[in-house]
Amino acid sequence: MGETIQSVERAAAILRLLASGPRQLGVAELARGLGLPKGTLHGILRTLVHVGFVEQDPATGKYRLGATLLHLGSSYLDVNELRTRSINWADALAGRSRESAWIGTLHEGHVLVIHHVFRPDDSMQTLQVGTYLPTHASALGKVLLAHDPYAEPAEPPLRPHTKHTIIDPGALEEELDRVRTRGWAAEMEELVDGEVAIAAPIKDRRGVVVGAIGIRGAVERLATDGALHMEYVSYVRDAARAITRDLAR
Amino acid sequence: MPRPHYVAAIDQGTTSSRCILFDEGGNIVSVAQREHRQIFPKPGWVEHDAEEIWQNVRGVMSEAVTGAGIEDGQVAALGITNQRETTVLWDRATGRPVCPAVVWQDTRTDALTKALAEHESLFREKAGLPLTTYFSGPKIRWLLDAYGLRERAERGEVLFGTMDSWLLWNLTGRHVTDVTNASRTTLMNIHTLAWDDELLDAVGVPRAMLPEIRPSAEVYGHTAEGVPVASALGDQQAALFGQTCFEPGETKSTYGSGSFLVMNTGHEPVASKHGLLTTVGYQIGDGPATYALEGAIAVAGSLVQWLRDNMGLISSAAEIETLAKTVDDNGGCYFVPAFSGLFAPHWRSDARGVIAGLTGFVTKGHVARAVLEATAWQTREVVDAMNADSGLDLTTLRADGGMTANNLLMQTLSDVLAVPVIRPMVSETTALGAAYAAGLATGYWPDLDSLRANWHKAAEWQPAIDEAAREHEYRNWKKAVARTLDWVEQ
Repeated sequence: MGETIQSVERAAAILRLLASGPRQLGVAELARGLGLPKGTLHGILRTLVHVGFVEQDPATGKYRLGATLLHLGSSYLDVNELRTRSINWADALAGRSRESAWIGTLHEGHVLVIHHVFRPDDSMQTLQVGTYLPTHASALGKVLLAHDPYAEPAEPPLRPHTKHTIIDPGALEEELDRVRTRGWAAEMEELVDGEVAIAAPIKDRRGVVVGAIGIRGAVERLATDGALHMEYVSYVRDAARAITRDLAR
Repeated sequence: MPRPHYVAAIDQGTTSSRCILFDEGGNIVSVAQREHRQIFPKPGWVEHDAEEIWQNVRGVMSEAVTGAGIEDGQVAALGITNQRETTVLWDRATGRPVCPAVVWQDTRTDALTKALAEHESLFREKAGLPLTTYFSGPKIRWLLDAYGLRERAERGEVLFGTMDSWLLWNLTGRHVTDVTNASRTTLMNIHTLAWDDELLDAVGVPRAMLPEIRPSAEVYGHTAEGVPVASALGDQQAALFGQTCFEPGETKSTYGSGSFLVMNTGHEPVASKHGLLTTVGYQIGDGPATYALEGAIAVAGSLVQWLRDNMGLISSAAEIETLAKTVDDNGGCYFVPAFSGLFAPHWRSDARGVIAGLTGFVTKGHVARAVLEATAWQTREVVDAMNADSGLDLTTLRADGGMTANNLLMQTLSDVLAVPVIRPMVSETTALGAAYAAGLATGYWPDLDSLRANWHKAAEWQPAIDEAAREHEYRNWKKAVARTLDWVEQ
């Protein structure tokens, strides 16, 4: 076993002790329970209170586990929950844009398609829920990469899917900067020749990006003169904002 | 340039009232919603305050219009869809309710409906309905007796209406109801579409208090703002219409707490030999009525909620899919949620719920699978009954409601029914159906074909298991169903 950090171990011991029963504990009791001087505990407790893992009762001055800690394990948004909360807005997006609508989340370095609404023209289409898209070559993926809190760079070599796919890591970084700045991503025939896509981020109540929603369609409809029609961008961003608002409720 | 026009639908439901504005493409433009109180005076009793509901409806109507940033003049028509069977009595002179509204779920008429058992075949043949506590007729009778209102009702001073009728009274000043709502009272003859003296006598309801029965789509009158009020449909019938099930054999299934399957059977009522009920689907203007067979599944989404609230196996309903996907199959486990007996097509009140096939191998993931499969197999049983009664074969199932967000359930449905399952683009099919009917009555939409052109697939699931596997699973399900019987000793 490598080197461990003593204060982290002590913080963990405090949390374990506070979690061992329904009671609140004062500094003296914690000091006795852990065999540590009160002065050492004060600093660690102050830090734990600061990050919300521990709360101090204003009346008694005693300590208990904080609400932030209690929600730590359940703050992850289930993808099926995300689909349920998004479904009406994704339908509306497909209805307004007359294109297929997609929602994706990051899963082991890929975009996992968690929701797909058919293009409303009753042509033969197959449900793509459960399939994967490459992050660097899709609008959904670029949004998710640009807002990935773990900031893992896409691992080279970046595979070309068409001659427009961004395969230079530096160019991809610039593209992701652009996505962060303007709040949406475009995919201009980078995954499939003749297809373009637009995506925008869905955020949870803490502002963390939990998914991306977008549309995909033929270049001659969405970008007649080589440039995206901005009304489609506004449809996508409206849908993303509506879901974000819903998740905040 | 003329300003665009929209159609508004009031969806007066069991827990809330909503107003949704639709554009010509059938897309939602704005939504407003207000919940109303559920009043539980005694176990088994559920009441609403009709006055509160009317105030809420007025509120959501103006909110929806404001929310869309338009004026009343841009609303081309207003349609109504409503919780069915809930019974309101009010004073003709004051327009105020004379007692609480008795909600469809309320079971206070249990003894009364049992006392009517001698007339069972009369109700089956003339009203198309089995004798259960849901329907309005016995609720009216109970209220007349309990509140001493009979004489005033006979003089026409106290009026009856289902929620459509109560809202139409308040919106237009007329005492009318639509034929689909009237078909849920046990008082209307489904062959003649008129109140029936024999049925009225059997239940003990005076004719003078009843509204005039009108088609589901026609201009009944105008609101104070001048908007034509032009449709009324019970909620499940509205969903059938919103799903554009205009041809015999076309079937919709709405997945909420319970589930309602409704199959269009054309212009003749089909008497069920398999425990379904016969109802009016819709009637447009002077046209003939379109009939439907209806089968209800009492426990569908509510079983998922049970797994969440009573078992604590999941923290949100949507997580059932995540849990179910931790395993590849049901592990031999089957869950028959006969929580208050078995409904269509079995009708066994002595049955209670069973989880069958348990072994040491079964995990909570398998139970989650079994929970979703329970909704699929219950659907299969109702579909089999519908096919047998109607002589029509289901070719696709049009699914709507909250549970259609569950991809695994939709796939399982397709697997057990052996037909494609389709989710339409607008999941608010109930409100859409009321809007469609109102828009047809006012010429906003020219004909049924223009409505069909608005209907689009949002998703489609194809059967992915073979016949042998399907039959094997169905056999096991039936064995599990058999194990629910004879539990309650009566």
